[in-house]
Amino acid sequence: MATVLTEQGEMAVAATNGLWLSAADAERATGWTLRPEGMCLDDVCVPLPVREGLVDVAAFWRLLDRPVVSDAAGETWVLGASAEQRNTAFSELIAPDFTLPDINGVPHTLSALRGQKVFLCTWASW
Amino acid sequence: MWQQLFDGLKSEEFMIVAVAEESRGAEHARQWIEQANAQYWCLIDTEHHVADLYGMVNVPQAVWIDEAGRIVRPPENAGSTDHFRLMDRATRTLAPEHQSARLAARGAYLDAVRDWVLTGRHALPADMASRRLPRITPEIAQAQAHFRLGVWLRRHGNAAEGDVHLAEASRLHPESWNIWRQAADLDEVGKASGEAFWQRVQALGEGPYYPQPEL
Repeated sequence: MATVLTEQGEMAVAATNGLWLSAADAERATGWTLRPEGMCLDDVCVPLPVREGLVDVAAFWRLLDRPVVSDAAGETWVLGASAEQRNTAFSELIAPDFTLPDINGVPHTLSALRGQKVFLCTWASW
Repeated sequence: MWQQLFDGLKSEEFMIVAVAEESRGAEHARQWIEQANAQYWCLIDTEHHVADLYGMVNVPQAVWIDEAGRIVRPPENAGSTDHFRLMDRATRTLAPEHQSARLAARGAYLDAVRDWVLTGRHALPADMASRRLPRITPEIAQAQAHFRLGVWLRRHGNAAEGDVHLAEASRLHPESWNIWRQAADLDEVGKASGEAFWQRVQALGEGPYYPQPEL
């Protein structure tokens, strides 16, 4: 089993030879669906070789020009967001949304505060 | 310091979201949060996701968001000053005039936040807010992926390999004090403000550590 860290969180997948995943795991990890044309999202498809029903998700992510990093053993992977995705998220100046826990583990989502002014600030103990 | 701001604005449609960029996790941040006796949101961000999303490079940084969820002031230093660079490091004290200048700058910033909540002042027009947004480069995006992996590996007992990724993150995104200082802190509590930190600050020369917001 390998661990994949994505924008959606952390998930365990059965990976072989790098990050070759089943169609189901590839979809869970990326949000894209494997079809005969390749990996597809809405109307966009990226052609990709499929071997014994498995898809090379790391290669796919690189084709999208998004960061892929893993540990040396290939057991933990990060499928990151591209610079373009981050910059595009700022268009129209909409504050990028996120959900984070408080110290008791209760999740809070920024967009739940619509209708109020929000002062979003960071701090650290270090 | 934010609770005081919040106290004065309770009757307004206003919320403070204080995000701890704290890869050591909630328990490490708990004492500060409990001490602050905060009635606003205090969230724990072990992977520095907010810094990643908003292109933040230091703490404290703040973003002002209006009722429609739009950024009216992009990330900027939230009331801190460079007076700490004038500190006597042996006694960890500041000369009285520097201490008062430091507090005055913080007060002016808090006043500006208050003004904005009450009157809308200091909110930037969209074109100016857009111009002040950080530009995320491919190197920064790559750095965030390494940082995330480094923090994960450290949390799962693989400090040696985690540090390789944290160092790579810093190399790719040298402007991020968040990345460098968090990595130092994960290595050893206190190291983020140790000798290597002061050397990095000194290397800024005349450049600011906390750029002052243009209010």
